[in-house]
Amino acid sequence: MNQSFLDVLWLARMQILQGLGMTLLISALAIVVGTFVGVFVGLALTYGATPLRWLARIYTDFIRGTPVLVLILASYYILGTVGVHLDAFQAGVLALAVFCSSHIGEIVRGALQTIHRGQTEAAKAIGLTFSQTFLYVLMPQAARQAMPSWVNTAAEIVKASTLLSVIGVAELLLTNQQIIARTFMSLPFYFSCGFLYFLINFGIERFGKYVERRLAISTN
Amino acid sequence: MGYTLNFAVVWRNFDLLLGGLGLSLGLAFVSIVIGIAIGLFTAFLLNAKRSIAHGAAVVYVAAIRNTPILILILFTYFALPQMGVRLDKLQSFIFTMAIYAGAYLAEVFRGALLGVPKGLREAGLAIGLTELQIKKSITIPIMVRNALPALSSTFISLFKDTSLAATIAVPELTFYARKINNESFRVIETWSVTCLIYVATCVVLAALLRLLERRMAIPR
Repeated sequence: MNQSFLDVLWLARMQILQGLGMTLLISALAIVVGTFVGVFVGLALTYGATPLRWLARIYTDFIRGTPVLVLILASYYILGTVGVHLDAFQAGVLALAVFCSSHIGEIVRGALQTIHRGQTEAAKAIGLTFSQTFLYVLMPQAARQAMPSWVNTAAEIVKASTLLSVIGVAELLLTNQQIIARTFMSLPFYFSCGFLYFLINFGIERFGKYVERRLAISTN
Repeated sequence: MGYTLNFAVVWRNFDLLLGGLGLSLGLAFVSIVIGIAIGLFTAFLLNAKRSIAHGAAVVYVAAIRNTPILILILFTYFALPQMGVRLDKLQSFIFTMAIYAGAYLAEVFRGALLGVPKGLREAGLAIGLTELQIKKSITIPIMVRNALPALSSTFISLFKDTSLAATIAVPELTFYARKINNESFRVIETWSVTCLIYVATCVVLAALLRLLERRMAIPR
């Protein structure tokens, strides 16, 4: 019975790795979908016609005013009731993606607003369509502007993915909780679990800094 | 769709939800007050010369900011008792939130401190104020004004994070929402009302804080 932490950790290694994989999968899906949707939300917020802009504004404000945990619980319980049958994983990823998209929407709006109006007008003057203007004029600049906040949001999503443990998705935190329930070693396992998240987020932050440096327009 | 909306259960339990909201606000408020003290102290350390205390402050901020808040909450509540630190639900939650807010506010205050013009400090020295007097009547008042917008948004996100207290059964808003949901199966009604309460509170808080910002702004 007198197992040490390292023995238990070694025995549970596959379970923890699976949880880690799940966490990475959830986060990656939520970030990719959220970014994709968020770019359109941001465009609607900045260049949309009035009704569309209002719709986007209500969407972002509503999502940003609700705690992620409530979003996850609501998505898990409500969608099943209205006949959209998603399992916990799908409902959780959906909630995180929605959460992510509202934040990205605001970031994109902020980034687009820093680009001078004259540039869109110039693009129009040389006959670019809006999608061409976006692709060749706005996006390259906005992406650089938005990069730091985007990385922050990505780290935020990884941290928020722990909340999926509440609806029973076996991600990193829940697998650790299962091990703790079996072994009562709450101190080392919560600690090591927190440390893994730290490593992931620290990695994301470093990677973001690296990309930022690569993307920077040299000013010499 | 065989589901008819019936808000009766939610209205009958509305005072529970409001009581929960009160506790949420109280938790957020107490946490931010302690967090401000921690953040202020840490910010001065972050801006100080390299020393052991400076290093400790850097590690504290990086560790807390890169770890999911849910793990921190569970760690304090379930793992710390193994080291002999026994806190009840409320104490452990407030403790965690204060530490968490402290790390975020430290960064906020650090930035705000850098925004205090150097000349003012030198002017203080020139008229013979002591270091402590300069901090008290020059640096901190200006810094707090610089930090106010970021402080407001930290407070609002802290308020939203109080929903996590539901996971350790602190009876706040999300806890009661889950309880009503589980007892009545009025899924859509419960969660939509809960979301709206959160959003409305955030909107009101944001408006109040903006008012405070305007009142405290340095007249130009």
